Amino acid sequence: MNALKKLFGGNTRQFGMIFALVALIVFFQIFTEGRTLTPGNVINLFNGNSYILILAIGMVLVIIAGHIDLSVGSVAAFVGVFVALAMRDWGFPWWVGVLFGLFLGAVIGAWQGFWVAYVGIPAFIVTLAGMLLFRGFNQFVGKSNTIPVPKEFQFIGSGYLPEIGPNTGFNNLTVLIGLVAVAFVIIMSLRARAAAKALGAEVPELWVEVTKLVLICGAILYATYLFATGRPGTSFPIPGLILAVLVLIYGFIADKTVLGRHVYAVGGNRHAAELSGVQSKKVNFMVMMNMSILAGLAGMIFVARSTASGPFDGVVWELDAIAAVFIGGAAVTGGVGTVIGSIVGGLVMAVLNNGLQLLGVGADLTQIIKGLVLLAAVAFDVYNKSQGKRSITGMLMKNFQRNNEIQPQEATSTKEVISKEA
Amino acid sequence: MTSLDTQGDPILLEMRSITKEFPGVKALSNVSLRVMAGEIHAICGENGAGKSTLMKVLSGVYPYGSYTGDIVYQAETQQFKDIRASEAAGIVIIHQELALIPELSIMENIFLGNEPTKWGVIDWAEARKRSLELLARVGLRDDPDTPIKEIGVGKQQLVEIAKALNKSVKLLILDEPTAALNESDSQHLLDLILGLKGKGVTSIIISHKLNEIEQIADEITIIRDGKSIETLNVKRDGVDEDRIIKGMVGRTLESRFPDHEPKIGEVFFEVKDWTVGHPQIQDRLICKGSNFYVRRGEIVGFAGLMGAGRTELARSLFGHSYGRFIKGQVYKDGKPVNLRSVRAAIDAGLGYVTEDRKSLGLNLLDDIKTTTVAAALDKISNYTVVDTRKEFSVAEDYRKSLRTKTPSVEEGVAKLSGGNQQKVVLAKWMFTDPDLLILDEPTRGIDVGAKYEIYGIIQKLANQGKGVIVISSELPELLGLSDRIYTIFEGAITGVLDKNEADQESLMKLMTSARKSA
Repeated sequence: MNALKKLFGGNTRQFGMIFALVALIVFFQIFTEGRTLTPGNVINLFNGNSYILILAIGMVLVIIAGHIDLSVGSVAAFVGVFVALAMRDWGFPWWVGVLFGLFLGAVIGAWQGFWVAYVGIPAFIVTLAGMLLFRGFNQFVGKSNTIPVPKEFQFIGSGYLPEIGPNTGFNNLTVLIGLVAVAFVIIMSLRARAAAKALGAEVPELWVEVTKLVLICGAILYATYLFATGRPGTSFPIPGLILAVLVLIYGFIADKTVLGRHVYAVGGNRHAAELSGVQSKKVNFMVMMNMSILAGLAGMIFVARSTASGPFDGVVWELDAIAAVFIGGAAVTGGVGTVIGSIVGGLVMAVLNNGLQLLGVGADLTQIIKGLVLLAAVAFDVYNKSQGKRSITGMLMKNFQRNNEIQPQEATSTKEVISKEA
Repeated sequence: MTSLDTQGDPILLEMRSITKEFPGVKALSNVSLRVMAGEIHAICGENGAGKSTLMKVLSGVYPYGSYTGDIVYQAETQQFKDIRASEAAGIVIIHQELALIPELSIMENIFLGNEPTKWGVIDWAEARKRSLELLARVGLRDDPDTPIKEIGVGKQQLVEIAKALNKSVKLLILDEPTAALNESDSQHLLDLILGLKGKGVTSIIISHKLNEIEQIADEITIIRDGKSIETLNVKRDGVDEDRIIKGMVGRTLESRFPDHEPKIGEVFFEVKDWTVGHPQIQDRLICKGSNFYVRRGEIVGFAGLMGAGRTELARSLFGHSYGRFIKGQVYKDGKPVNLRSVRAAIDAGLGYVTEDRKSLGLNLLDDIKTTTVAAALDKISNYTVVDTRKEFSVAEDYRKSLRTKTPSVEEGVAKLSGGNQQKVVLAKWMFTDPDLLILDEPTRGIDVGAKYEIYGIIQKLANQGKGVIVISSELPELLGLSDRIYTIFEGAITGVLDKNEADQESLMKLMTSARKSA
C-alpha cells in the first residue's frame, strides 16, 4: 500500500479516483467480454463526453474559487443555437461562427461575473437565474426549432485526424501525437526531478519514478493504439484534441501562473488573500467569465456533433460537470481541486455510463448507480476531513488517508534558542 | 448545603488549584478562586492572563477531565461535562460576544433551547407571560415580539440577563459586560447587577473598566500569567484603581528580550488626522483623528485594551481594508501616498501581519512555500508564470534564516505550531521587502521560546532600517521591544511615551482613560 501511495503521490482522492477509473475499466472490460476497450467504443466514449469534460475544466476553477455555475447547460445551448443561426441566416463562415460563439460566451460570462464579483450576489443565485434566462433565450432565438449547421462546422464535433503519410496500418497523426505525448511526459518528469535535486528538495526514489513513467506511458501508448486502429476514416477525434489542448493550457494556468495561484488563494481564504493584495473581485469575475466561454465552446462542439442545434441541448450538463469536479477531488468549500482530477472524475462517470450501457442496464438503474457513486466519492472526502472519530471503515482505511491533523509541535525553550544564538 | 468560611460567610463556589494546559502553553497554573454566596466577585487581569479560560473551565466549555483541580460548588465537587450541565446547576455565563439571534424576537431568544411546551408544542402564551415578568425584572419595557436586531447593544445585554434569569441562575458570570456599552447603558447594567445581588444572585464579573469594578465589586481576584495572585476585599482592604493595576502588572521583567541597540533614523512615515468610521454603524468612529509617525529603524508600540481600536487603525491604514475611510493623509518620505487598496499599500512598502492568523493571515490549505511567496508573486514569476524553483529556494532561505521547524517547505501550514506559522507569515511579509511592517499581536498564542525568536526577527528588521509597528495586549512585550509607545483608548490616541519614561502603570492609565497627555 505504501508503495502504491508513493507511486501516486500524497493526494488520496486523486489516487483513489485513478484507481477507481482503472478498476472500472477492467471490470467492464471483463464483464462486457472485451467490448469496452475496442477502438470504436473508446472513440465513441470520448466523442460523447468531450463537451462535459470541457465544462468540467471551467467548473473546477469556479468551484476552487468557492462558487458554482448552474447555467452552463443553458449557456451552451444558447451559444449553440445563436451560432447555428448566424451561420445559416447571416452566412457566417464556420470559423467566424466559432469566434462569434466564443465572443458570445465571453459576453454572457461578463454578465454573470459582474453580478457575482461586483454586486456580490452568490453565484448559485446568479447562475440559477442564468439557467432560466439562457434556456429561455435559446428557445426564443431558435423559436424552439432545430437549426442545422454546415458540414465544415460539424468537423469540430465529429471530425477525426486526417490520414497522411505512408500507409502503416495506423493513423499516422494519431501515432505521432501519442509518441510526442510520451516524450513530453518523460522529459518533463526528468526535468522536474533534476530541478528538485538541485534545490535539495525531497525526490521520490528512482524505482517509484520509473514505475510511474512506465505506467503512464504504457497507458498513453495503449490509448494511441486504440485510437489509431479504429475503423477506416476514424482516428483520434477532434473534440478529444480540443480537450487535450485545453487540459494542458488550463492545467498550466491553474498550477503555474499567478492567476491560478490567486484562484486557489481566494477559494482557500478570501480574507487572507485580500490582505495579501489579491484582487478577489477580479479573480471571481475571471473564473465566471471563463466558465461561460468554455460553456459556449462545449455548446458548439455538441451542436457540431449532432449536426443541428435544438431547444433541449445541454439539459442537465451542469450537473454532470459539477459531479465530475467533485468526484475528481474538489472541495465543496473551495480552495481545493485540480483540472486533471476533474477530467479523471468526468471519465469515471463516462466509463460508468458507457459500461452500464454496454451491459444493457437501463437508464433508470444507471442514474441510481451514478448518484450513489457521487455520494460515495464526496462522503469519502468529508470523512477524510473529519478524522479523529474512530469507525470501522476509518480503521480499515487508515492507511489511505493523508494525515490532516494539526499537530502542535514541541515548544522551544528560551534557553535552547539563546544558546543557538550565541 | 452550603459550607462556611472562617468568618462564617457561606461559600458558594471554590475552585481549587485549577491547571489547564493547551499544547505548548500552560494557560492556567494552580489557580484558586473562592466566591461567597451573594457577593459580586470581580476577576481582573491583563488580556491573556487566563480569566476567560478560568470561566470556561467553570462553565464546562472545557469539560471535566480536560483540566486538573477541583470545582466545589454548593459544597459539592462538580464534574461539568458541558455547558448544559453547569447551567442545570445554576451557573450561567454571558459572553462578551452576545449569543443572541438577531432575526428572532426578544421572547424567542429568551426561550431558545428552553422553550415552554404543552404536548410538545411551544406554549407561546406561557412564554409571553414569563418573558414579560423576566423583562420587568431586568427593567426592559420593550415588546417581547421586537426582533433583537432592532434593539441596541445595551438592551441586548439585558435580554441576555433575562435569559439567564429564566434558567434560575444562582451564579451569573459576565465577561466584559460593558465593553460595548455607552456610559448610561453601563450604569443601568451595573445597577441591575447590584439589584440581582439583593435578590440573592451571586455574580462573577470580568472587566477591564476598573472604575466600574471599584464601584460594584465586593471582592477582586487578580490573575496574572495564568496564576491567581491575590484576592482583595474592596471594603476591608480599601482597594482603589491603582492598587488593582499594581496587582495586574506587578511582574518582574526577566530577560525575555534579545539585546538590541536601536539605530533610529529620520521620520519616514507619518499619519495625519486619520479618521475612519465603523463599517456598519453610521456615526460611529473607530479612529478619531489619529496622528503618529514612525522613524527608520524604530520599533513603535501601540498599546490599548481589546476593542480600543488598535487593529482597526492598522487595517484601515493597510489598504483601507477595514471600516469607512473618512479623512486623513499618509505621508511616506515626506510625500503624500494613497493607500486605497491592499495592493497599493504593499506597493507603497507596507506590510501587515494580522492578529488573527488562522482566519485572516493564512490559507490553511496551502503549504509553506506557497504561503511564503503569496504576497509577492510577481517577484518570482516571469510574464505571470510562477517559477516554482525560485519559489522553493526563497521559501527554503526563509526556513533557514527564521529557523522554522518543519520537515520541508512543502509541508502544509496547518500542520505547524503557532510559532512556526507566525514565522511563515513573517517570511511572507519580509519577502515583500516592506519599509514599514505592522505587526498585530505578533506573539499571540505562541510559546515563550518562539516569542524570543520572533522578538529577535523584529529587531533585525528594525536594524535594517525598516520601521516596525507592534500592536500588543501584553504590556511587558511592548515595554521590552518598543522604542516609543502610543496608547489608544476608544479609537483615539491618548498619549505617547518614550521607552525610558514608560512603565506598565503609566501605560495602563493612558489606556483606560481619555486623558490627553500628548
